Amino acid sequence: MTRHQRQIRRAQLLRIFAQGMLFLTLLMLSGIVIFILASGLPHINMQLLFGDYGKYPSIKPALLGTLSLTLLALVIAAPIGIGTALFLTEYTRTRSHLIRAIRIASETLSGIPSIVYGIFGYLVFAVALGFKYSLLGGGITLAIMILPLVVRSTEESLLAVPQSLREASLALGASKVRMIFTIVLPCAMSGILTSLILAAGRVISESAVLILTIGMVVNKMPESLMSPGTSLALDVYYFGSNGYPEQAAATGVVLLIVMIGINLLAVFLGKVFGKGELMHG
Amino acid sequence: MGKNAISVKDCNLHYGSVPALKNVTMDIRERKVTALIGPSGCGKSTFLRIFNRMNDLIESCRITGEILVEGNDIYASGVDVIQLRKTVGMVFQKPNPFPMSIYDNIAFAPRTFGIRKKAELSEIIERTLYRAGLWYEVKDRLHQSALGLSGGQQQRLCIARALAAEPRILLMDEPTSALDPISTGTIEALIMELKAEYTIVIVTHNMQQATRISDKTAFFLLGELVEYGGTQKVFSNPFDGRTESYITGRFG
Repeated sequence: MTRHQRQIRRAQLLRIFAQGMLFLTLLMLSGIVIFILASGLPHINMQLLFGDYGKYPSIKPALLGTLSLTLLALVIAAPIGIGTALFLTEYTRTRSHLIRAIRIASETLSGIPSIVYGIFGYLVFAVALGFKYSLLGGGITLAIMILPLVVRSTEESLLAVPQSLREASLALGASKVRMIFTIVLPCAMSGILTSLILAAGRVISESAVLILTIGMVVNKMPESLMSPGTSLALDVYYFGSNGYPEQAAATGVVLLIVMIGINLLAVFLGKVFGKGELMHG
Repeated sequence: MGKNAISVKDCNLHYGSVPALKNVTMDIRERKVTALIGPSGCGKSTFLRIFNRMNDLIESCRITGEILVEGNDIYASGVDVIQLRKTVGMVFQKPNPFPMSIYDNIAFAPRTFGIRKKAELSEIIERTLYRAGLWYEVKDRLHQSALGLSGGQQQRLCIARALAAEPRILLMDEPTSALDPISTGTIEALIMELKAEYTIVIVTHNMQQATRISDKTAFFLLGELVEYGGTQKVFSNPFDGRTESYITGRFG
């Protein structure tokens, strides 16, 4: 074999290898989805979804729990995160020490394993503040957990707003506040919404934080935000480890569908709001 | 002779420790077109941005000297920058319409200054679009996105948007450098019309443009005002050798 032929042969081998790996990835992904659907779908029924938790288990408390945790986390994290990002992009010098310090802090925060947030939330809210196990404590802890994500992606959306639009509005006599509310925030809206939705995805799929903060009470509807509760992800864990494999699989399907819906919503919002923006970069 | 719209005395400007303008003294006549020319980095855009204090946005920028706009020192303490920018409008190098409707683009400045009534806004929008020579092209799609306009139309929209603040002075920072020759011609004709009502200061890289539209020309080099005089005189019989070298294309 000549050198040239050997090169061609090697290129072919690499191509075959890469194709094989791609196939393997797709196989695993679709395998998981198909497996979960196959083992879960037959067991989804009205009792499981909306029935009262009695003789047969139900995920109604978890649906309410996940919904309230998601709203709680977003309501807390969105204003704080967007405010922080606005401060970083519109009110500080680009290379200041403060920005660098905040960036290091937020990167560190986003690298912390979620169980550590969980123990923090447990010690602070459940124990020190005396909330006991509560949806509120869990929601606040989740808000803290997603904050770096919200700050970072909001900051990126704000930075993507062309400087020329800021200059144009200021040159027309707009104050900084007017510039931010009429130009900067509307232009960054799709990015901000997308980041909030992806953050909601993190909240919905989280379980470690919640085991330690909301108590995994699967069989009772929470009465208020101070009640203990459960979430879809926790129910999967609970059913799986307490002799309800069919319900665990069915809940997994529900969780999967919610997550797919969330991601489609993010893509959709990006398209709707993203039109026509940032055309003059 | 007319009055001075802008009067600059001993202006020095530094970016950090780097001098960008050195001892510039210059008067700009009311209702004339004054062109600022010079090679890239000579300080002409920086100079232009002094008059509406856009340099305020750059952190390290320090300015000394006296800059009077309509007789008022615009760098004195307590100056209302917003009012200054209402008086001194600006058109940028690249057309930068807001990603909103044509109507909302023009209404931006009037709304900033508290005009909310629909009839009043509509009147301003028609008048300024007409003034910018864009009315007949866009009157049937005022509520469509401004980003659907061509580059030349966008730039005329930006001029109309600036006029809607009712300025008396218009700063233009290479307003045609991103446009094709036909759009450039349209904008130049517009500038010639606007000078009856507005004082116009225009930065341009295009020396033919300066000769076509300006009454006076200032030549900047390395932060210095090398030559300033009637455009005819500067281009036909410059007083400084460096001006002659530049306009005959020996550097730039």
